[in-house]
Amino acid sequence: MSNQESVKQTEYSQRPSIVKVENLSKSFGSLKAVDGVSFEVKEGEIFGFLGPNGAGKSTTINVLTTLLRASGGKAEIAGLDIQKHSTEVRRSVGVVPQEYTADEDLTGLQNIILCADLYGIPRSNSRSHAIELLKLVELEDAANRKVSTYSGGMRRRLELACGLINYPKLLFLDEPTLGLDVQTRAAVWKYIRMLKESYHMTLFLTTHYLEEADSLCDRIAIIDHGHIIKIGTPDELKASIGGDVIVVGVVETEPDISSDIAKINLVKDVKKSGGEYRVKSEIGEEASIKIIDMIRSRGLHVTKISLTKPTLDEAYLEFTGRTLREEETNRMAMMSQRMTMRRARS
Amino acid sequence: MAENISIRAVTTAEERALEEEREQEKAFRAAPKLNKSPLHGLWALTNRDLIKWYKNPIQLFISLIQPIVWLGLFGKALNFGAFISSQPGITPAEIAALNLKEFGTTSYFSFLSAGMLAFIILFTAAFSGMSVVFDKRFGFMNKALSTPVGRGAIVVGKILQSVIRSLIQAAIVLGIAVGLGMDTSHLNALSIAGAFTILFLMAFGLSSLFVMLALRGSDWQTQMAIINLLNLPLLFASNAMLPITIMPDWLKNVVKFNPVSYAVDGARQLLLGSPGSLGVPLWVDFGVLTAFAVILSGLGIVLSWRLLSK
Repeated sequence: MSNQESVKQTEYSQRPSIVKVENLSKSFGSLKAVDGVSFEVKEGEIFGFLGPNGAGKSTTINVLTTLLRASGGKAEIAGLDIQKHSTEVRRSVGVVPQEYTADEDLTGLQNIILCADLYGIPRSNSRSHAIELLKLVELEDAANRKVSTYSGGMRRRLELACGLINYPKLLFLDEPTLGLDVQTRAAVWKYIRMLKESYHMTLFLTTHYLEEADSLCDRIAIIDHGHIIKIGTPDELKASIGGDVIVVGVVETEPDISSDIAKINLVKDVKKSGGEYRVKSEIGEEASIKIIDMIRSRGLHVTKISLTKPTLDEAYLEFTGRTLREEETNRMAMMSQRMTMRRARS
Repeated sequence: MAENISIRAVTTAEERALEEEREQEKAFRAAPKLNKSPLHGLWALTNRDLIKWYKNPIQLFISLIQPIVWLGLFGKALNFGAFISSQPGITPAEIAALNLKEFGTTSYFSFLSAGMLAFIILFTAAFSGMSVVFDKRFGFMNKALSTPVGRGAIVVGKILQSVIRSLIQAAIVLGIAVGLGMDTSHLNALSIAGAFTILFLMAFGLSSLFVMLALRGSDWQTQMAIINLLNLPLLFASNAMLPITIMPDWLKNVVKFNPVSYAVDGARQLLLGSPGSLGVPLWVDFGVLTAFAVILSGLGIVLSWRLLSK
């Protein structure tokens, strides 16, 4: 972890929490979809739930947005208990659900204004705000077209605009890029970053795309079978499986200096095999320079050097014991997800 | 000098951009005062379904043509009046007396017209649950549920849109019926207003019933089966198509438990001046239908609190 990031990290931990979840669970019959999760989301961060289908990500979001009633535990959003003040919670958060929820028979603008009406935003305000939001997601040219003529990416952007209509400080996004192509996905990421940076919003998203969690989220919670397995920044998660691997090539006949390398600050582990040292370090960039300096200062030679960063895939594999793959969930959830993906490609 | 100017130009451009950004942020953050009444969003939800109806020319056309087909074909083909008038040696006075005795009005067509008003409302109301199912299926229901709009408003919106559509269709049916020869001697503003109040109550109650039955499920096949299961029995076990006097006793009793019968009875009393075939005064029709509408819509709202979040 670089210094800059550790600064950022302390900064986040000092911020007030906008979401506090304690031991939250949700069962459907005998199935424990969410089984005692606890976490906090800090103001202004992008917090991601990473896990396979059926891990309990959507269920957690649905409980937090009061669509589902929790079976146990408690959760607070902006200081409001989600059970006792559900209407207030709904009023203050924005939601972009996994499915495409816009009415296909209405235009994009009509859809957003309808959303505004449901929030009780007066028409004197909602029309201008709706147009503003359509501009934000670059849909102003399609504002008066029926949603049935929109592409998958346009629909996703419209959902995003709808989720912002009530001026939320906290926005929930359930699989915001499900089924989108790479380019459209990048565009959605751009909007999400902009919401954080320009509007200082807090974003809570779920994803089963590792690269999405890695590039977008400030902190990630890995969730599997309804349990949170690990929470941390993407770099922390990668670092916690042992850090970067530096491979230093030396002249084989020169003396073994493993123990000297091991003494270097930042170095965690050294193994010599033939003409190379395999060094593990949490901050490979800095350690590798020190290793080169040290070897040269002994009058020895470095023949080659390489640095490999651990990926989130490896971290995920380490924590859950398997790769992130599609898993069968209940029939309705799968059906609705398939429909979302089909529409995303239209 | 030139440099200075260009620097200043850049600064102003930057300033303007900053200003714009600040302006945008301000606009974005200045959340307006929200309408927090429990009924907010009700008309928006109702109107959404109505827009889908009247902006779709095919749907609008079909819902307008349907009553014409029923009245024109069914009403004219099922001509019971012909049985009476084709009796040998019957005088016009005797025909009129027989019509009055059997149908309580001048002809079977007039008798059926009032029944058709209830029929069209029953069939429109039956499909009100369908839009609940589709909203669940296509995600709109989840969207609505994630907003602070009242759960009751979601249900009442569905009921209202169906009531409005069915009353408009009933008005068209009445117009067509008059054009095709319905007895108009008792029609006046008051009788029409009264009849439509009765029809409104029935539409409200029936729409509540079908919306309520759709709250749980999310597949349209089941909903279709429910519609078919309830629709025709509600129609046939009523006085809408045939006089109650020709029915067996057990069926008469069933008819008396059917709210549709009270709407038809009230409409006939008001529009045709016929004596009540159920043997109850007009105020009982109003009473039964008011209770029906209040109880079922109340039940629908209570169920919506329970069933719309799991």
